[in-house]
Amino acid sequence: MTAQAVVFYLFAFIAVFTAVMVVSRDNPVHSALWLIVNLISIAVLYYTLNAPFLMAAQLIVYAGAIVVLFVFVVMMLSSGVEERSRANRPIGWVRPLGIALTLLFLLAVLVAIRVAPDTALLGTVVTEGTPFAVGRILFRNYLLPFEATSILLLAALVGAMYLGRHGDTGEEEEDALEAEEADAAAQALTESREELHA
Amino acid sequence: MPEAVTPLNQYTVLSAVLFIIGAYGVLRNRNTLVVYMSIELMLNAVNLSLVAFSRQWGQLDGQAMVFFVMTVAAAEVAVGLGLIVAIFRNREHTVDVDSMNVMKW
Repeated sequence: MTAQAVVFYLFAFIAVFTAVMVVSRDNPVHSALWLIVNLISIAVLYYTLNAPFLMAAQLIVYAGAIVVLFVFVVMMLSSGVEERSRANRPIGWVRPLGIALTLLFLLAVLVAIRVAPDTALLGTVVTEGTPFAVGRILFRNYLLPFEATSILLLAALVGAMYLGRHGDTGEEEEDALEAEEADAAAQALTESREELHA
Repeated sequence: MPEAVTPLNQYTVLSAVLFIIGAYGVLRNRNTLVVYMSIELMLNAVNLSLVAFSRQWGQLDGQAMVFFVMTVAAAEVAVGLGLIVAIFRNREHTVDVDSMNVMKW
């Protein structure tokens, strides 16, 4: 076995193992931590496929930004242990359906590989996915989709801020409650004053 | 990087296995956050096969596609987690998918 094969098998095993851990943990924080390991192992696999730019992007965007978002939200919404165990009770028909789908999909992949013998080995034309090369193809062949993603990110930013704001209906209610309380207190004060004067 | 020896098929099978695990996680888990993480697993599995095919044909179009998938995934997570937080605040303080059964409240 060459060094590349060793790296592939090692990190493929890590990826599969951590993926199983992500979906099987009861505590969402543990899932998020296993997800980090999974994303890093896939980043290493990108490197074995001559895609160093995507390896860096994977580490920065996924393992850096997205998992941090997950961990933040898990901490914000930290629910009790009993909630966790209740929330992860699998539904009765899901397990057989999942296993059946799994076997079906694996079968489909194996059949697809069997009928496509030409792609059994990686190609000999090696194009290194450096930041320069990927940037050139992004800005030459995919300029319009690239600009569209900037609109998408802007829309996501606005949407996330809108959803994440402190619900103004709730705030208005609180304000109204406070105003009512203040009114009642003021009225009580004037009444007591009138009583005093009388 | 040595001359490629790992067959493309192994990357494809690994990608399929990861995708299946993610799909099973979406079905199994009732915690919305873990469902989102499973969706990320599935997106990563597809990205891996895209990069493998990009390597196979010596073309970088697949890697450009992975770049777009990453962007969409980041946007999806930002908006999705915002939605989860909003639902958590406005409803029964739970992230159980079964509790999210109305579009408006």
